[in-house]
Amino acid sequence: MCLAIPALIKLIEDKEADVEIGGITRRVSLWLTPEAKVGDYVLVHTGYAINIVDQEEAEETLRLLEEIAGLIEEEG
Amino acid sequence: MRFITEFRRSELAKGLISHIHRRSKTQARFMEFCGGHTVTIFRYGIRQVLPKTIDMVSGPGCPICVTATSDLDKAIALAQIPGVIIATFGDMLKVPGSHSSLQEVKADGAEVHTVYSTMDALKLAEENLTKSVVFLGIGFETTAPTIAASVLQAQDKKITNYYVLSLHKLCPPVIKAILDSGEVKLDGLICPGHVSAIIGSNPWEFIARDYGIPCVVSGFEPLDILQCVDMLVAQVENGESKVEIAYRRGVRPEGNQLALRLMEQVFEPCSAKWRGVGEVPNSGLKLRQEYQPFDAELAFDVTPSPTYEPKGCICGDILRGVKTPADCQLFGKACTPQYPVGPCMVSSEGACSAYYLYGGDFGG
Repeated sequence: MCLAIPALIKLIEDKEADVEIGGITRRVSLWLTPEAKVGDYVLVHTGYAINIVDQEEAEETLRLLEEIAGLIEEEG
Repeated sequence: MRFITEFRRSELAKGLISHIHRRSKTQARFMEFCGGHTVTIFRYGIRQVLPKTIDMVSGPGCPICVTATSDLDKAIALAQIPGVIIATFGDMLKVPGSHSSLQEVKADGAEVHTVYSTMDALKLAEENLTKSVVFLGIGFETTAPTIAASVLQAQDKKITNYYVLSLHKLCPPVIKAILDSGEVKLDGLICPGHVSAIIGSNPWEFIARDYGIPCVVSGFEPLDILQCVDMLVAQVENGESKVEIAYRRGVRPEGNQLALRLMEQVFEPCSAKWRGVGEVPNSGLKLRQEYQPFDAELAFDVTPSPTYEPKGCICGDILRGVKTPADCQLFGKACTPQYPVGPCMVSSEGACSAYYLYGGDFGG
């Protein structure tokens, strides 16, 4: 039930935003993430953006996983 | 980057799986607290690709599953009051109460609406001014701030026919209760990602410190779970117990401070009853005194008839991680997703439902 999906903010009006999730646009509340900007990805849970997705951290995690996969390959 | 498919890349999964196999020497049992994690683990066959040294067990992290039958009976009784509209998340409809379900009373004429968000419930209240809209406040710390926000919005807009039946549950206290019972021995905890998006990773520190159990917060894609298991294995092999975050794109140690403030403004902790675990102190949330006009328990007089638990159902034991769905004599026979007996088969993220849909060798 704690499902939250990353969605791209397209437009902000007051405390609400239009976000794109898999090609579909829907309106979500920014009550819990008022600092979110157009172009940010937010985690949407039951119609509320509960956090802004940290793009740099995501890239860093993927880099680390690539390193792990690469290391295995080199040694294997 | 869309933050979904990037975390499903098979070549990176293969790398992590090999890494886990090479690192894991010590027998270890990890619990995934969250039902969403259970679904990812089963959908992607993660248990099957882990080494034999790692034993995975599902935890109580499904809000629908842990809602006590007596609380569900209360919601069903509320639905039968003339002039009351129940607004609820969809999964609740089919959960059997002692004598009926929300779906059955709806078929008999009760007004039960499935909503996607509390915003929809508020709209329902504005459109039905002669009726009372009761939102079933079921969920963990991920959901509670959204319900707090709805109460504040109702107050702002002077909506006086909106109520909340607050059945919220808090995760760290129930983990403590399960560990204190001593029934399950754990060597690692996969901490819930979206609960932690709100509360942060700091509230898990006591588990690592006081119980010596490694904790890693995970996201919900297969690479997130594999990375989390890899980090837990590293802690086990190094003899460490600390709190780490494998889901750094969504979780910060301090959480979402604004969401926590809203939650604290509207709710205060109270004792709560968990299916299978029983009464756990400070593991629930009730509306604070200044928001009592929105409290459905105070606004309506409901006295449901005595509680009846389905015979043979072991959902309670499954939620504590003591038994698995394969241990249940009803599983897949008398109890299926079409005709569920217990809540763990109803909810899409219940352990029984995940075992039934994806279980394979584990499904019994």
